Amino acid sequence: MLQEHANDPAALVLSEETPKPTSKPASAFAARFGWLIAILRNPKALIGSLIVVLFVLMAAFAPVIAKHDPNKFVGRPHQPPSAKYWFGTTGQGKDVFAQTVWGARTSLMVGFGTGLLVTVIGIAMGMTAGYFGGLVDDILSLITNVVLIIPGTPLLAIMAAFLSPGKLTIILVLSVIGWAWPARVMRSQTLTLRTKDFVASSIVSGEGHFNIIFREILPNMTSMIVSGMFGSIIYAIGAETGLSFLGLTNISDVTWGSNLYWAQNNAGLLVGAWWTIVPSGICVALIAFALAMINYAMDEITNPRLRAEKELSNVFKQRSTLATPVIRSAK
Amino acid sequence: MINLDNPAVVMEVRNLSKRFPVGGVLGKQQVHALNDVSFTIKEGEVVALVGESGSGKSTTARLIARLMEPTSGQIFFKGQDILKAEPRGASLSYRNKVQMIFQDPFSSLNPVHTIGHHIARPLLLHHKVKWRKDREARINELLAKVGLNPPAEVARKFPYQLSGGQRQRIAIARALAVDPEIILADEPISMLDVSIRIGVLNLMAQLKKDYGIGYLYITHDIASARYIGDKTMVMYAGHTVEGAESSELMEHPAHPYTQLLLSAVPNPHTLQQPTRMEARGEIPSLIDMPPGCPFAARCPHVKPICREVMPSVTNLSSDHWVRCHLFGSDNSAAQPAA
Amino acid sequence: MSSSSVAPSPLRSSARPSNEPLLSVQDLCVEYRTPRGPVRAVDHVSFSIAHGEVFGLAGESGSGKSTIAHAIMRILHPPAVITGGHVNFSGADVLDMEDEELSRFRWHDVSMVFQSAMNALNPVMTIGDQICDVIQRHLKLSKSEAMDRAAHLLDLVGIERSRLKSFPHQLSGGMRQRAVIAIALSLNPPLMIMDEPTTALDVVVQKEILQQISDLKNKMGFSILFITHDMSLMVEFSDRIGIMYAGEIVETAASHEVFNNPQHPYTRGLMSSFPSLIGPKVKLTGIPGSPPDMGNPPSGCRFHPRCDKVFGVCPQQRTVLREVAPSHRAACHLYDTIGLTPRTERGTV
Repeated sequence: MLQEHANDPAALVLSEETPKPTSKPASAFAARFGWLIAILRNPKALIGSLIVVLFVLMAAFAPVIAKHDPNKFVGRPHQPPSAKYWFGTTGQGKDVFAQTVWGARTSLMVGFGTGLLVTVIGIAMGMTAGYFGGLVDDILSLITNVVLIIPGTPLLAIMAAFLSPGKLTIILVLSVIGWAWPARVMRSQTLTLRTKDFVASSIVSGEGHFNIIFREILPNMTSMIVSGMFGSIIYAIGAETGLSFLGLTNISDVTWGSNLYWAQNNAGLLVGAWWTIVPSGICVALIAFALAMINYAMDEITNPRLRAEKELSNVFKQRSTLATPVIRSAK
Repeated sequence: MINLDNPAVVMEVRNLSKRFPVGGVLGKQQVHALNDVSFTIKEGEVVALVGESGSGKSTTARLIARLMEPTSGQIFFKGQDILKAEPRGASLSYRNKVQMIFQDPFSSLNPVHTIGHHIARPLLLHHKVKWRKDREARINELLAKVGLNPPAEVARKFPYQLSGGQRQRIAIARALAVDPEIILADEPISMLDVSIRIGVLNLMAQLKKDYGIGYLYITHDIASARYIGDKTMVMYAGHTVEGAESSELMEHPAHPYTQLLLSAVPNPHTLQQPTRMEARGEIPSLIDMPPGCPFAARCPHVKPICREVMPSVTNLSSDHWVRCHLFGSDNSAAQPAA
Repeated sequence: MSSSSVAPSPLRSSARPSNEPLLSVQDLCVEYRTPRGPVRAVDHVSFSIAHGEVFGLAGESGSGKSTIAHAIMRILHPPAVITGGHVNFSGADVLDMEDEELSRFRWHDVSMVFQSAMNALNPVMTIGDQICDVIQRHLKLSKSEAMDRAAHLLDLVGIERSRLKSFPHQLSGGMRQRAVIAIALSLNPPLMIMDEPTTALDVVVQKEILQQISDLKNKMGFSILFITHDMSLMVEFSDRIGIMYAGEIVETAASHEVFNNPQHPYTRGLMSSFPSLIGPKVKLTGIPGSPPDMGNPPSGCRFHPRCDKVFGVCPQQRTVLREVAPSHRAACHLYDTIGLTPRTERGTV
C-alpha cells in the first residue's frame, strides 16, 4: 500500500505481448462443456477420471456385481483365485471379490464425505482468518496451527478407540484432524486475493463483507479448492484404510482397510495367500493414483503456459532448450 | 448545471496523517506515510496530486475512500465531519458520493464476473434502478457513455476479453453508476498505452463537464496533471510541498523539489540538448523520519533551519502556496489557499 | 580495466569499419505457436544499428518490440519460434549459431538489461558475487581479479564500492538497476540491449540513470538498442528511432525528425499524445481504438482500422517501408507514389 509504484507499468506491455483469446467459443455446447472437453482431451485427466468413475460405479452397483453378502461364508478358507471365486477366498472362507467390491462402498463414502467436510470447514476457517486479519486471524491461525502440530495418527487412533465405531465416527474423526491444512491454504490464498484491486473496488462500491468473501473472492479460488479437495479425499481414503487396518473402526463394516485387517489377522501372507491382500491394496493405491492424476491434469489444463511448453517440447525433442529454435518456413 | 462562478467546496481534508507500525513483534518503528496534508476539492474541479514513490499520494486517496482510517486529521464532505459522523466505517451514502478508480486495469475487475455484473452490483447496492429491464438499460447507457460500443455485447464479455484501455473505461462506468460527486482516480492511465491515455483523460474531463464531478487525480506524470488538472499539488515523502493552478505551477515552480521534478521529466517539446540535472540522493526512508523538511538532505538551497523545523505554508499569491523556508518568515496561521 | 586472459570472441573485430553497421536485422519473423494457431508477433522487421549509436525501438502493447530484443539474443521461451530472417552481428548470423557460439555471443558481444532489476538480480547473492559470477564464467580470472573488475564497474555506474557486499534488497530501486547495468557492462560488449530499463523507477532516478548511461556510452563507445513504450523518453535519449506497430516497423528516422516531422499516421497520432508542460493548453486526441489482436490482425495495412487517413487500397494491400525523405522511411500507402526502391518486401495479404 505504501509503495506508490506497486505495479510495474511495463507489466502491461509484457502481458499484452502474448496473444489473448478474444473470441468466444464457437458453439453454446462448447461454452458450457468446455471443461469436459478439456478433460477428455488430456490423457492424464482422462485416465484418472475413468478409473474414478469405474470405482464409483463399482461401489454403487456392488449388490449387482457381487450378489451376496460379503460376510457370508462361501467355501473353504484360503482358496486361490479360480473360475468360481475370482479372487479366491479369505482366511475365514469369505469371497475376496465380493469383499473388494463391497469394500469400495465404505471406503469411497468415507473418503468423499471427509474430503467434502474438511474442505467446507477449511474454507470457513481459512477465508475468515485471511479476510478479516488482525485479532480474528491471530486466534483462528493459532487454533489451526495447534491442530496441525498435533500428531495425527496417534490422535486418530485414540479417538477411534474411544468413540463408538461406525462410518460417521470415522468421518468425524478424520475431519477433526484433516481441516487444518486446507484451512491454511485457503487462508493464504485469501490473503493474496484480498489485496487485489477488485476487492478494494467492491468495498468502495459498498459491498458487504459476506458478499465480498463469497461472491468476489471465493469464485477466484475454485481451482485451488477443487485441488485441495482431491488431496483431502486421498488423505481420507488412506487414513481410513490405515485405521481399519489397525482394527480401530467397526470391523464388521466391510472396507478395504478391514479386508487387510482380516487378512493380516488370519496370517494371510504367512500361508502365501497373497490374493487376500493384493486386491484391496491395489484398489487403494489405484484410486489415490487416479485422483492425483486428475489433480495434475487440472493444473495443466488451467495453466496455458505449461501446456504450451509441453506441446513444443514434443516437437523439439532433440534440440537444446538453451536457445530459441529457428525454424525457417517456406514462406 | 454547476455554478461555475462560485463552485462550492465538496471535499476538504485537514491535517490528514497516517502512520503504519512496522518492524518486530511490538511494531516499535513507524512508517510516516502521510503527514499533515490539507486541501479542498470544489464542485467540478480536478485537483491533481503529483509525486513519486513514497510521496503518499495513493495513501491520501485510500484514506479519503475510507479503505483505511487516518491516524489523525479530519475529512469534511460537504461541510460534515465524516470521521466523527461515521466512526466505524463509511456509510452507504458516503460510498454513493465518493468513488474510486484504480491504477491497474488488469486487477481492478474481477476475472470471474462479466462486465454487466460489475456495473449491476453498484446499481443494486445503491438501489438506483428497480426493475431488471431498467437495470440493463442503465448498464447499456453507462457503457455507451464511456465509449464502449455496442454496449449490450460488451456487457456480456469477461475482463480478459478486453484491452487495458477498455477496462479502465469500465472502471469509470462503474464509478459513474452511482452518481458520485467525487471520483478519486489513482494513476488511472499510467498502465495504459500512450495512444490510449489521452482518450481516457478526455473522457474524464467530459464527465466532469456533464455531471459536475470533482476529481482527485493522482499521478507521477506531471504533464498529464497539467492537461487535466485545474489545480496541482506536489507531494514529497508524505508531505505536500507546493500547490498552485496547474499552468502556474509548471511555469513558476517555487519549491526546489518541484523544480527538480520538472527538470527530470522527459520533455521532447524542448528539443535541443535536454537539460542536465543536478540531483543528489534519493527519496528518504519513511521510517521514523527526522524532524524538519523531508527534502533537506537533497536540497541545493538547504539552510540549518530546514533540518529542524518543517516549514509551514506560505502564500505566494491567492492560489499559489509553498512550504519552504526560502519564502518569507513562518506564516503559521496560513492555511493552503482553497 | 584488468585485461582478460582469454582470446576475444572471433566476432568482435578490432578494427571497426565505420560504415558497416554493428547489428543488422533483416526480415526477422517470430511466431508464437499457440493452441489456437500460430501468431506472428514480429513480421519481416529490418533495421540496423551503427557503432556508438542509440537506436530506439518504440511501440505499444503487442507491437513486438520486446520480442525482437529477446529474439536477437535468442532467449525467447516456448511457444515462441523464430521463423525467418537474419540477425547479422559483425559478419555472423546469430540465427545460425550453435549453443557454444551463442554463449560466447551473449554477454561478450551483446548484453541485455531487463526491465525491473528486481527480477534480474538473485536475491540470495551479494552484488559483488553476482558480478564476479558473470565475469568468471566468461573470462579466466581469479576471484580477486574478478572482484577488482567488479569494483571498477561499480565506480563506472556510480555505486560505492562498499556495496559489493550488499544484497539486492538492501539497495534502492535505482541502485539495483545500476547494478544490473554494471553486470551488463562487465565484459565490455559493443552492443547493449535495454528493455524498459527505467520503467519501474521514479522520474528523477530515471533521468540520473539515463544520464549515466549516456556518459558511459560516450566514454566507452558502445551502441544501445533502447526499447520502451515511453515515447517522450525515447525521443530524448535516442539518436534514431524505429516505430513499431502490430509486429512491423512503420517508420524509422532520426529522433527529432520522428518527433517534429512524423510521416506515418500512427506516428503522428503517437507524437500528439504528449501533453506539454509549457505553452498553450491544447486538447489532444490520441488515437481511437485499441491495438489489434495479433492472432487475427487486420487485413492490408495493420493500422487502417484506426487511421484517420485511410483510403481505398489500405485494407487490401500490405504496406512497404519506403524512403520518404533522406534517411527517413515510412510504411504507408500515402507514399506509394514515391518511386524509390522499397527496402523491405512483405508478402501480400
